[in-house]
Amino acid sequence: MTRKQKKQLTRIFLAAAIYAAALILPLTGAVQVALFLVGYVAAGGDIVLKAAKNISHGQVFDENFLMTVATIGALLLGEYSEGIAVMLFYQVGEWFQSYAVSKSRQSISSLMDIRPDYANVERDGQLVQVDPEEVAVGDSIMVKPGERIPLDGVVLTGTSTIDTSALTGESVPREVLEGDEVISGCINQSGMLTIRVSKEFGESTVAKILDLVENSSSKKSKSENFITKFARYYTPAVVVAAAVLAVVPPLMMGGSFLPWIQRALTFLVISCPCALVISIPLSFFGGIGGASKCGILIKGSNYLEALAQVTTVVFDKTGTLTQGSFEVTAIHPEHATEQELLGLAALVESYSDHPISLSLKKAWGKELDSSALSQVEEIAGHGVVATVGGKRVAAGNCKLMAKLGVQGARDCELAGTAVHVAVDGVYQGHIIISDVVKPDAKEAITALKRNGVRKTVMLTGDAEAVGKSVAQNLGLDEYHAELLPGDKVDELEKLLRQKGKGENLAFVGDGINDAPVLTRADVGIAMGGLGSDAAIEAADIVLMDDKPSKIATAIRISRKTLGIVRQNIVFALGVKAIVLLLGALGYASMWAAVFADVGVSVIAILNAIRALSVKEYK
Amino acid sequence: MKKIVKLIDLDCANCAAKIENAIQKIDGVEKASVSFMTQKMTIEAPEGRMDAILQEAKKLIHKLEPDVTVQL
Repeated sequence: MTRKQKKQLTRIFLAAAIYAAALILPLTGAVQVALFLVGYVAAGGDIVLKAAKNISHGQVFDENFLMTVATIGALLLGEYSEGIAVMLFYQVGEWFQSYAVSKSRQSISSLMDIRPDYANVERDGQLVQVDPEEVAVGDSIMVKPGERIPLDGVVLTGTSTIDTSALTGESVPREVLEGDEVISGCINQSGMLTIRVSKEFGESTVAKILDLVENSSSKKSKSENFITKFARYYTPAVVVAAAVLAVVPPLMMGGSFLPWIQRALTFLVISCPCALVISIPLSFFGGIGGASKCGILIKGSNYLEALAQVTTVVFDKTGTLTQGSFEVTAIHPEHATEQELLGLAALVESYSDHPISLSLKKAWGKELDSSALSQVEEIAGHGVVATVGGKRVAAGNCKLMAKLGVQGARDCELAGTAVHVAVDGVYQGHIIISDVVKPDAKEAITALKRNGVRKTVMLTGDAEAVGKSVAQNLGLDEYHAELLPGDKVDELEKLLRQKGKGENLAFVGDGINDAPVLTRADVGIAMGGLGSDAAIEAADIVLMDDKPSKIATAIRISRKTLGIVRQNIVFALGVKAIVLLLGALGYASMWAAVFADVGVSVIAILNAIRALSVKEYK
Repeated sequence: MKKIVKLIDLDCANCAAKIENAIQKIDGVEKASVSFMTQKMTIEAPEGRMDAILQEAKKLIHKLEPDVTVQL
């Protein structure tokens, strides 16, 4: 509780005590009235003062003024009990609002509490703590177990496990070894690490994320803008209606003004749009905060809103649905065992740094005896020929086999790059190397379908066969292969034209050379955003880890948030409309009006807080 | 240029909307947005006018919501 909140709460209790005393004590006449008035001043003195101040500033129709008129009106009509109670409940409601809002502010700021306080640097043989902003690129910093990594860098010495959960929502710690890149904001868990800084603080991951989160609330959703606009007209409209209600019916129909004035005062109590105005941004804020708990950064509530209406999801292939790294996916030997074929190919290719050679080496996984290798001859665009144990071994594509006159080499039915192997001109078989689909890619597509996404499309610059195999494997609705970067924008334009009204299209990419597409889509989602500046810049939503299944999570969070927003709008407006109507007809007392104002606020706020909870998605 | 200022003790959502509305009307302001939840105001305005705008914004906010403190 802040100091202001404590003070308010004390005042509320004091006023409530006086009010109770005035009701219970056997007082009559002037003494009781005097006690009621003391209670009124305790409950709402500040409101009356504020109203007076605002009028002197030329601000008339604010909630302070309305509450003052309504309650003083009640007092003048001799309804002392109602007058104080309305003021008291109004204050309780205000206090609760302030408390709920500061609670959720706190829970979100603690969520984003990833700012490192210091960096350990060695100066003159002593370990000193300095401000991370003072550390330059190339400096070495020490991170002890339990400390937060202050700057992005590369591990020079030490091994450890690091907790990335504050950034990615991933609860399994990551192992890091010498030479691995680490990002700021993660917590070093077990071992001492020495890190060479690769980015200054302002450019580091943690600074970028904080900046993004801080700016996220300046982009407002349509619902928020609607509500603030609505609030601007709602209050004056209700006040005018109240004035009309107080004067016109008695003039037209004759009779006493008194009951009509009472009805008009009831109107004034309901005229504050607080419940709506407070609960809508609170819901969005909660939704964005909840998403960031799951490692999903949303740059503004407008994007959260747009995400809820996504019916088409377009994926980039490499790095998004697939790992973007080549791996051996099949070995088809003609004579020898799989291991023998793989060992031979890896050995022959061992001199090269080509991604294909690297993936062969990785698949082999053991030391290669390069002393057995001689007369290595690399034929560009074909492959490698070398002598192993007196035999001429060739490893390469179909063209190489044709060139050497080897019989039996043919295209494999599997998509990917084939490495054919021949020994002394005799075909030995081939190894298929291809980009591997991410483990959760298939699940990601299924989850999207389950969550109301009707069309999933993949765009890729890769060969038709590769695109087709990935698309079929994952169950995508459409794929477009062999696209140049410019073609991707054209394809996206086509898809944008195909979608219906009120439906949105999301594009998911890794931010590497797909920035134009990310910007063009209704919602641009970048994955594995950590460390990629282009992605963070161009996208509307950044997935901190590179799991495509997070897209469905993001959509679910957005739908839930929007659902809460809609419930609050309908509920608050509905209750107010009903009470206004009943009030005009003389059926609603001031008590009902207090419920329509304060009660509705409290319920709407409690509902809005639900948006922050994301346990079910983790 | 863009400037973010903190609005301490911004407690009521409707006031945030009022402040946003008033600041948007200051001469030279390209865009103004008040976030009730983060208690922050973002103002976009030409660099040369920024200081004058911030001064005026401070005065306006004090008039609209005397409880709110503007921290530049």
